[in-house]
Amino acid sequence: MDIPKLISSKRFVLGFLFILLVVLTTLPLYAARYSIVLLTTIFMYVVLTVSWTMFSGPTGYVSLAPAAFFGAGVYASALLGFVFPLPVIIVVGALSSACLALLVGALTLRLRGIYFVMFTFGLVELLLHFILWWEVTITGTTGRVVPTVGNTTVYYLMLTILVMVILTTYLIKHSRFGLALQSIGECEEAAAHTGVNVTALKIMTFAASAFFMGAAGAVMATRWTYIDPRIAFNPILSFLPVLMAIFGGMGQLFGPVIGAVIFTTLEEFLITRFPYYYMLIFGIIMVVAILYLPDGLVGLTQKLWNRISGAKYADP
Amino acid sequence: MIVTIFDILIAGLLMGGIYALIAVGLSLQYGVARVLNIAHGEFIMIGAFITWALYSAFKISPLLCVTISGPLVFVIGFVLYRALFARLRTTSPSPAVFEGKSMLACFGILFIAQNLAILIWGADIKGYSYLAFPIEFWGAKFPANRLITLGFAVAFGSAFYLFLARTRMGKAIRAAAQDPAAAGLMGVNISRVLAFCFGLGALMAGLGGTLLSMSYQIQATMGLEYTMIALIVIVLGGLGSIPGSFIGGFLLGLVGSIVTYVQPGLSLVAYYVIFMLLLLAKPTGILGR
Repeated sequence: MDIPKLISSKRFVLGFLFILLVVLTTLPLYAARYSIVLLTTIFMYVVLTVSWTMFSGPTGYVSLAPAAFFGAGVYASALLGFVFPLPVIIVVGALSSACLALLVGALTLRLRGIYFVMFTFGLVELLLHFILWWEVTITGTTGRVVPTVGNTTVYYLMLTILVMVILTTYLIKHSRFGLALQSIGECEEAAAHTGVNVTALKIMTFAASAFFMGAAGAVMATRWTYIDPRIAFNPILSFLPVLMAIFGGMGQLFGPVIGAVIFTTLEEFLITRFPYYYMLIFGIIMVVAILYLPDGLVGLTQKLWNRISGAKYADP
Repeated sequence: MIVTIFDILIAGLLMGGIYALIAVGLSLQYGVARVLNIAHGEFIMIGAFITWALYSAFKISPLLCVTISGPLVFVIGFVLYRALFARLRTTSPSPAVFEGKSMLACFGILFIAQNLAILIWGADIKGYSYLAFPIEFWGAKFPANRLITLGFAVAFGSAFYLFLARTRMGKAIRAAAQDPAAAGLMGVNISRVLAFCFGLGALMAGLGGTLLSMSYQIQATMGLEYTMIALIVIVLGGLGSIPGSFIGGFLLGLVGSIVTYVQPGLSLVAYYVIFMLLLLAKPTGILGR
C-alpha cells in the first residue's frame, strides 16, 4: 500500500473534504452548544486568515488592515441591524468593506514594503480613533446594540462564508490570475512587462479579500450583541491572521487553514487556563514561530515526512 | 491672543522635544539595523516604569534615574538583537524578507513586554509629582518639569548627534548604515555594530520614557501610541535621517498642540491623517534621500 501516493491523490482529498463538510453541516444536530460557538470562532479566524493569504500570500504585500475591513462589516451590522434582514446586512457589510479596500488599494498599492505595512496599520488606528471621536462628540453615545440571532444561524452563515472564501482562493490560485499574482510577488516590474495589469489585479484581489473579511465581521457582530469602536476595530484582529498564516505556512492553501484552526484552539485553551498569561504566551509563540518555522507547520511536516519516507517523495 | 499663540507654540515645543528624542532612537534602529521596531514604545514604557518605581520606592530623583534606566534598556536592546534579530538576519534570504520578519517579531516582543509589565506593575494608570511648580514666561505659565524635560531632550539629542558624528563607533555606525557588506570588508564588526545600534535606539527610548514619566501619566499599555508617534515622526523627517527625525519631532509636537487647542479629541486622528497623507505624497520625508 502506497500511503503517501494515496493521501496526495485527488480523489482521496475530495472525498475527505466532502466527509468533513457533511460532518460540519450536520454538527449542530448533535453537538454541544459550546462546540458550536467555538467552531464559529474558529471559522471566523479561518475566513480572516485565508482571505488575508489570498492577497498577501502570493504578492508579498503584508497588509495589517484586516481589522479595518472586519470592523467595516461589524459597523454595517450595527448600523443597519434593526432595518434590514441579516443576509442583506452581510452583503452590505461585505460590499462596504470591499469598497473601502478599493479606495485604500487605489491610493496605497504603489507603496512598497514597509510603507504599505505602516499605512495599512495606520488605517486601522485612524478609523478606530475617528469613529471613537465621532461617537463621543457628535452622536454623544459610544457603542451600539446589535440584534442577535441564534448560535446555529451564526454557525451556518460563517460556514457558508468559509466555504465561499476557500473556493474563491482555490479558483484564484489555479487560474491565470493566481499565476499573475505570484509573478507580482516575485518581481513586479517583470510582471508588468509580460503584460500583467499589475495595479488592477492587486486592487481587485485586495478588494476580494476585504469582501470576505467584511462579511465575517457582519456575521460576528450579531454574536457580540454590543459593540463599540474598540471591539470592532481591535488591532489584534490585524495581527492574528498574519500570524496564523505564518504559523500554518503560506505555500499551500490548507496551510493558513491549519494554522488558524490550531492557533484558535490554542488561544481558547490559553484564555481559559491562563487568562493572565495568555498574551504573554501568545507573544512568545509568535517570536518562536517567526524564528524557527520559516515555512510554517505545513513546511515543517513536509520536511519531517520527507525525512521519514526517504527522499523518494521529496518535492522536486 | 498673542499669549495664546505663544502658549500653543511652547506647549508644542515641549511635547516635540520628547517626540524627537524617541523618534531618533527608532530612526537609528530602522536606518542602520533595518529593524522597524514596533516594540519601541515598550522600551519607553520600561524606562518610564523603572523611573516611577525608583522614585516612589526610594525617592531617587528622576534626573538621576537616567543613569539607571538608560543603560539597563540599552542592555535589553543589545541582547535582544544578538539573540533574535542577528539570527533572523542570517536566515533571511533577502533584506526585504528580514524587514518583514523582524517587524512581526517586534510585535511578539511588544506583547511579551507589555504583559510582563502588567504582571509586575499592574494595568492601572500611574504617575508621580516631581518639580510640578509653574514658571512664568511673558505671561504664560509652564510647569518646571516640562521645561527641564525639553532641556534634557535637546541635550540627549545633541550628545547623540555628536556621538555619531565625532567618535570612532559613530563612524562605524554610519558606515554600516551606508553599506553593511562594504563596511564589514573594511574591518567593521558588523553584527556587533548593528546590535550596538539597536541597543542605542532602545537607550534613547528609555531616556525618553524617564523624561516622559516626570510630566505625564504612565501605563503598561502606553507603548503603542508612542511607537506610532515615533513612526510618524521618522516618516515625516525621512526614514533613517537623524536630523530629519529631530525636526520632524518638533513639527509634530507643534501640530499636535494646535489641533489639541482647536479640537482636543482629534489630536491622534490628526497624527494619523498627516502620516497617511505624507506616505502618499512624499514617502521619503522632508529630509529623505
